[in-house]
Amino acid sequence: MKGKISELLMKVVFFIAACTSVLAVTLICIFLFANGIPAIAKIGLPDFLFGQKWKPSNNIFGILPFIMGSIYVTAGSIVIGVPLALLLSVFLAFYCPKRLYPVLKTMVNLMAGVPSVVYGFFGLVMIVPLMRQITGKDGSTMLTASILLGVMILPTVTGVTESALRSVPMSYYEGALALGATHERSVFATVFPAAKSGIMAGIVLGIGRSIGETMAVIMVAGNQPWMPQGLLKGVRTMTTNIVMEMGYATDLHREALIATGVVLFVFILIINLCVSALKSKAESE
Amino acid sequence: MEKTKKSTDSGFGKWLQKCKNHPFSGIVEALVWLSGIVTMAIMIYLVTFIVIRGVPHLKPSLFALTYNSDNVSLMPALVNTLTVTVLSLVIAIPFGVFAAIYLVEYAKKGSRLVRLIRITAETLSGIPSIIYGLFGLLFFSTALHWGLSLLSGCLTLVIMILPLIIRTSEEALLSVPDSYREASFGLGAGKLRTIFKIVLPSAVPGILSGVVLATGRIVGETAALLYTAGTVAKISDLMGSGRTLAVHMYVLSSEGLHMDESYATAVVLLVLVLVLNGLSGLLAKGLTGNKNK
Repeated sequence: MKGKISELLMKVVFFIAACTSVLAVTLICIFLFANGIPAIAKIGLPDFLFGQKWKPSNNIFGILPFIMGSIYVTAGSIVIGVPLALLLSVFLAFYCPKRLYPVLKTMVNLMAGVPSVVYGFFGLVMIVPLMRQITGKDGSTMLTASILLGVMILPTVTGVTESALRSVPMSYYEGALALGATHERSVFATVFPAAKSGIMAGIVLGIGRSIGETMAVIMVAGNQPWMPQGLLKGVRTMTTNIVMEMGYATDLHREALIATGVVLFVFILIINLCVSALKSKAESE
Repeated sequence: MEKTKKSTDSGFGKWLQKCKNHPFSGIVEALVWLSGIVTMAIMIYLVTFIVIRGVPHLKPSLFALTYNSDNVSLMPALVNTLTVTVLSLVIAIPFGVFAAIYLVEYAKKGSRLVRLIRITAETLSGIPSIIYGLFGLLFFSTALHWGLSLLSGCLTLVIMILPLIIRTSEEALLSVPDSYREASFGLGAGKLRTIFKIVLPSAVPGILSGVVLATGRIVGETAALLYTAGTVAKISDLMGSGRTLAVHMYVLSSEGLHMDESYATAVVLLVLVLVLNGLSGLLAKGLTGNKNK
């Protein structure tokens, strides 16, 4: 009898533990939206989302510059990081000599573990001075942030695309080879299209990482609160806007920053949905 | 004839031959190899650059017990990091492992609740740390009135690493063969006993690898702690504000006054995180090695 009770009790305990993630997501949604939506209502949704000026001292809160900043920087990191990541995943899956593989794989895994402050610091002391020499003016630019983020998303994208490539049946590759295609052509013209959904999932995951990255961007992007003015000018993203001003913001300013977080959160939720949709599509294929 | 045969023996000669016959394939092959080389170069360069610049500045004064603007000691931050790590893990491990036990051993596959739990865990793992920081500030620091404190920071991190621990524990539990469970049931053990005496011990290396990975994330986290645990540079108790090593690193380099010390701090942080991640990889490898035996 005693055994029965403890069995039942522990089952309930396990169940409650399993529900913590549901509870956490619910709490995060409630608290973010409850604190952010009133501010958006006060400022007015169009003014908030499409306002081109951010002047907290004059009570003008338009976050379009930061939305565009985030999109540009993310796009830049995709342009730089994704081709490298795709080639790297092909290298890992089809080219890498057996003895080199564990070394390179470990290195990519360690790259994923390097903290974003360390990446930021590296960008600050290495890429920023380099950019300053090249442009002759400011080193903290949109391009600097894009390069750094491109490196940071490399392991994330590579991990997903490599396993997508590996899950394609070898018969595809062998069939192409038997028809006289070269190794390269077999890989890129038959295996690659077959792994399309998985590769897309990896890229979208990379977009999510890029758009949510904060500390590395804040250290190299310049953070000027204006509309993005070009690759070689400073830029501020949604994430960095929150960190830059949260320390001293009060009242509506503070709420507007939380509302910025809400907008970012909505972006992330959409990206997450895309990732899981692509993943389940890849699994069903 | 003799000559071409000889040149195809070496990798480079083979490649030249391919360039002649299929120029496009040759270029693609070169690009693929280049990507591998570039990746290795970036990682090696990043680590050696920081180590070479940082190690000469690792002075004893950097490890003094109290921080002031002369010694720029990282010791208080290191102690706070330890506190935060231990407390976060102590809370997150039971929740994460128990959740995984429920998902693997109890839940009916494909039930609506299990799907909901999986979707939320996946959502959590995709949320960037700044959103966690914002939530921690709103919930723990403001709504619960804990202010900027290590406790607020810890609980924020618990939510952040929970999906990681759930996922790795789940994988570890799933990799335990069903015959273990059946044998245990066959000997008359109950479900609970089977889980704690048979299944969990076999899954320990996998769970541990997830825990070590989570430790690495805690040690390297900044954005989630900046406005929950704060930036005060002293050894703090749970209800007080204190900076961890990664936050310390951020504050130092954004002040820009102590670049030498920043490099040294970066070395300590980087080495710590790399060792943790490497350890996690080894543990995971040990697990798959056992399975093959």
